Amino acid sequence: MTQAAESVESMPTVRRRQPGRWVAAAVVCVLLAMLVNTFVTNERFQWDVVFDWFTSDRILAGLGRTIQLTVISMLIGIVLGLVLAVMRLSDNPLLSGVAWAYIWLFRGTPVFVQLLFWGFISALYPRLSLGVPFGPEFTSFSANELISPFVAAILGLGLNEAAYMAEIARAGILSVDRGQAEAAQALGMTRGLALRRIVLPQAMRVIVPPTGNQAIGMLKTTSLVAVLAYPELLYSAQLIYSANYQTIPLLITASLWYLLITSVLSVGQFFVERHFARGSVISAGATDRRGSLRRLAARLPGRRP
Amino acid sequence: MAQPMVKAVQVHKSFGRVKVLNGVDLEVAPREVLCIVGPSGSGKSTFLRCINHLEKIDAGQLFVDGELVGYARRGGKMHELGERAVAEQRKNIGMVFQRFNLFPHMTALENVMEAPVRVRGESRATAREHAVKLLDQVGLSARRDMYPAQLSGGQQQRVAIARALAMRPKLMLFDEPTSALDPELVGEVLDVMRSLAEDGMTMVVVTHEMGFAREVGDAVVFMDGGVVVESGHPRDVLVNPRHARTAAFLSKVL
Ligand SMILES: Nc1ncnc2c1ncn2[C@@H]1O[C@H](COP(=O)(O)OP(=O)(O)OP(=O)(O)O)[C@@H](O)[C@H]1O
Ligand SMILES: [Mg+2]
Repeated sequence: MTQAAESVESMPTVRRRQPGRWVAAAVVCVLLAMLVNTFVTNERFQWDVVFDWFTSDRILAGLGRTIQLTVISMLIGIVLGLVLAVMRLSDNPLLSGVAWAYIWLFRGTPVFVQLLFWGFISALYPRLSLGVPFGPEFTSFSANELISPFVAAILGLGLNEAAYMAEIARAGILSVDRGQAEAAQALGMTRGLALRRIVLPQAMRVIVPPTGNQAIGMLKTTSLVAVLAYPELLYSAQLIYSANYQTIPLLITASLWYLLITSVLSVGQFFVERHFARGSVISAGATDRRGSLRRLAARLPGRRP
Repeated sequence: MAQPMVKAVQVHKSFGRVKVLNGVDLEVAPREVLCIVGPSGSGKSTFLRCINHLEKIDAGQLFVDGELVGYARRGGKMHELGERAVAEQRKNIGMVFQRFNLFPHMTALENVMEAPVRVRGESRATAREHAVKLLDQVGLSARRDMYPAQLSGGQQQRVAIARALAMRPKLMLFDEPTSALDPELVGEVLDVMRSLAEDGMTMVVVTHEMGFAREVGDAVVFMDGGVVVESGHPRDVLVNPRHARTAAFLSKVL
């Protein structure tokens, strides 16, 4: 007894052995080695061709269009989605009904079909006009001129995205305690101000992670726009390999770019999440695990002190 | 007597088929502290929330400082006010909640500054100066840059009181401000409320703290079943109740 008591402090601990982990690690290593081996030795990958095209003008132009489509479509999706979410939560049955119907329609049909519809809109409405409903017309445009493949792509992707973002934003708003809006209103805020200053900043913690997911999804969904003959990243690659038959290397080129942008988006998501974690227990203390990233972030411009 | 700060005349309120308020009548004079006591479910919170129109009343009339709350009388009818007009009325009525309801994404100081800046349109410098003073008044000047999650319950409730005071209200409503607190933190919040009462703030306090009601309250009403059963000086209502229901309630809580 006394002996045990006196030596407790100096007794080292021995970690439990985990032979299973070593076996698993060995298996993973072998599989990885095989993978690397085939990448290097299978000449049909043609890595030289991949990297020749990687920074070629046509691929970079396609990449630029892909990023542009992603950013604009996501912006439309987020803004319209927020509006729809607020409409859906409104007491006004007309507003919430309209939002419900919108979500039902755009979530219930494939985005690919929606893109085709926007692409062929001129078959449905050859001329689009601006004027008083059922009254005089001010100007009119040919649908074909107005709805270029780019506009059709933005409409197809953005309007579809809004339906998903509406549900994400609604979940976020509902996650904020009702007492928050009440406290804001008791201070004399209107509902709009309370939403903007008090409810939405808190809802963001729930909204941002799935929105990051949506942005990554959107980056890849833009490849469907090839159907409108709009030369974004994938269609640019397709145009090149249909001429030079280097199909696999060009598909790899495009894939590497998608991977790279996805990674960048994930890092961006981290910072946005951290911004909206303001005041939560995690950001208030216990951030050791993320210490290095915090320090990195502290050096970025535009941070609040 | 001067015009009452709060005047309720036959206030009725139902939630669906549940009648919660069945004709509440009461008056609160300026600079008076009125404590509302009563059993759970008797409609105390609901009545308090009617005073700043967080709940709409179904019938009756509620006046704050002579002004009809939430409605305008025109042509023999009560017309419900628009959102902005209601918000305008609420600026003058501070409210403190049982669960604090501080804004968790803002520091204590930002919580107190938010409404003066966004609602009253004060400059940040003015609002900040006032907020610093108020936080000092509730004994929290050292914690002004902390987030609610970093504060104890008692500290959070004191920030909430400062936040309500920042709008320079003429009336303060408290809904069981100490019920969510650990017993050792109740005192610090009651102390702040006591000094507020001494400074002459008109207060309506729903509370289970009978000691506070007796010492600080100028008047006490006992509510049960959505009506005021008994009201008067704390000594009379809490020590020598006239109604059996009041006596039965007091024997349970004291
Ligand atoms: N939003 C609501 N919808 C439906 N019923 C409600 C609502 N708010 C309150 N009630 C009901 O009204 C009654 C009175 O509630 P209220 O919160 O005013 O009581 P209280 O006197 O404050 O009780 P406590 O001491 O428990 O806080 C209760 O039966 C409650 O269930
Ligand atoms: Mg209550």
